[in-house]
Amino acid sequence: MGKVLMKGNEAIGEAAIRAGCLNYFAYPITPQSEVAEYLARRLPEAGGVFLQGESEVAVSYMIFGAAASGERVFTTSSSPGISLMSEGISYITAAQCPAVFVNIMRGGPGLGGILPSQADYMQSVKGGGHGDYKLLVMAPASVQEAVEMMMGAFSLAEKYRNPVMILGDGLIGQMMEPVEFPEHLKAKPSNKDEWATNGMETRNRNQRNLVKTLYLDPEELNSHNLMLKAKYERMEKEDVRHEAYNVEGDYHVLMVSYGTMSRVCRTAIDNLKDQGFEVGMIRPQTLFPFPKTAIYDAARKQSCQAVLCVEMSMGQMAEDVERSVCGQRPVHWYGKCGGEVPTPEEVMEEVKKLKG
Amino acid sequence: MGKTFQKPEALADTITHYCPGCTHGVAHRLVAEVIDELGIRGRTVGVAPVGCAVLMYNYFTFDFQEAAHGRAPAVATGIKRVRPDLVVFTYQGDGDLASIGMGEIVHAANRGEKFTVIFINNAVYGMTGGQMAPTTMPDQRTTTSPFGRKIADTGMPIKMSELLAALQTPAYITRQTLLNPKYINKAKKAIKKAFTYQLENTCFSFVELVSTCPTNWGMTPLDAINWAKKKMLPYYSLGVFKTPEEDESATSSSSAKNG
Repeated sequence: MGKVLMKGNEAIGEAAIRAGCLNYFAYPITPQSEVAEYLARRLPEAGGVFLQGESEVAVSYMIFGAAASGERVFTTSSSPGISLMSEGISYITAAQCPAVFVNIMRGGPGLGGILPSQADYMQSVKGGGHGDYKLLVMAPASVQEAVEMMMGAFSLAEKYRNPVMILGDGLIGQMMEPVEFPEHLKAKPSNKDEWATNGMETRNRNQRNLVKTLYLDPEELNSHNLMLKAKYERMEKEDVRHEAYNVEGDYHVLMVSYGTMSRVCRTAIDNLKDQGFEVGMIRPQTLFPFPKTAIYDAARKQSCQAVLCVEMSMGQMAEDVERSVCGQRPVHWYGKCGGEVPTPEEVMEEVKKLKG
Repeated sequence: MGKTFQKPEALADTITHYCPGCTHGVAHRLVAEVIDELGIRGRTVGVAPVGCAVLMYNYFTFDFQEAAHGRAPAVATGIKRVRPDLVVFTYQGDGDLASIGMGEIVHAANRGEKFTVIFINNAVYGMTGGQMAPTTMPDQRTTTSPFGRKIADTGMPIKMSELLAALQTPAYITRQTLLNPKYINKAKKAIKKAFTYQLENTCFSFVELVSTCPTNWGMTPLDAINWAKKKMLPYYSLGVFKTPEEDESATSSSSAKNG
């Protein structure tokens, strides 16, 4: 199949089906309701399950039930909806069930706005709900990348028995771009009989499975948390991803940016090059695990004088960039988070200030 | 003559953590007997609540998933929608189902989800230590209504069976009790009927069981039974409130029928 022109939200829904996930539960919220609208037609045709839940809270537990029974399942929402789902996400992570959550971020806090934002960075990469847990978080910068991350998300969720989040901003959901659905990204079937509550007859054995999150014994709960921690450390070793841009030669400033914002930064870098300013960029593709080493190494380049984190939040990722740079270079932040995307010119101005 | 009484296969050989006189044990046994009789243990998934029955999975011998407080109907919806061949039931108390989980139970019932709910109504939060529930009786003392439940402040106890029976979607809704052997036999029949409706893919099924909590009521088991008979049964009337066989006009009436 060749390329087709699709809106990000619809492409995300289609990508899940192509990856081999036919179960979707959701609650409508702008700016991602098109996923549900698309799948309400498409999933019955594909022989799948579509259900609109009564709230995001309920949806997160429908996901929990479906995932615990061993079936692939996903949902999509936007910022305030993800806050409500965070209760269920904590349980799903504690119970080690694979599932995929998509957050097409809008402005916050509170109702905020409906325009693009990246203000859920902390919520996504630091846990979000109660307790010690993390999600594997991927941040696409184009509709095509959203499709590929979506298709890869199910295998990653099953590899770690942990929820995976696709963190896109409103633009990723709303814009149309040509996409294709690579056949080789279809998720391979995985056997969940060791743990899934899919009925003893399904597994052909007379031993029951239990999916639970309650550990009243303090030593047992501590061991459970250590086991979860070990999974997150494994993610940091095996599944951290980033893209480097214009870092081959010397550069005076290193930018760190992700998602739609990184595309604006890329234009700014090209324009600055024409004016004789060299700027490199590290674009995290996974926000957790965070590409700490890549950022540290790039910041320490002899020619690099400063690091600039550009994001559509008030400096949330900047904290992780600072932790990655370890004081080797000054780390600055630039961004907006009312729904306006900073322009290349505004980003260039910020770089020039650093260049002095 | 063979054995006339034995432990159901669906029940585990585990001593429960329930207090003396608590009716959870009876309710568990009835569910286990029904699962044995229907021969569905190998394809049943139970959904445990938050409350005294949170550890109920230790007492059964089939698959179990633990839900969050009140969310069991959403979890059961997720399981049943993606695996309609499984037999799914939730087992929830009144704090869980009628307070924090009100949204989930109403919408699951209204969608006509094909799973079974066993609802234990003992008019109090059990595990958290005897706080007021939506089902607590007027003037009943609890740790959070130390002077008795005041209707002017907290409203009347919620009648869940009547509330769910008012929905227009076909369902099997009944209220039974575990206060004496005769009632227990009737409760078992109702539970079996509820699971049968599920097996036939007919409708949502809901069995409320008026129960006791001697510990949090501060009574002996016998006094608790007498209190429940005297205070609860006149308000929480027993009977079948809705069956899927009824026609539309009959379902609009919420009056209890014998059965």
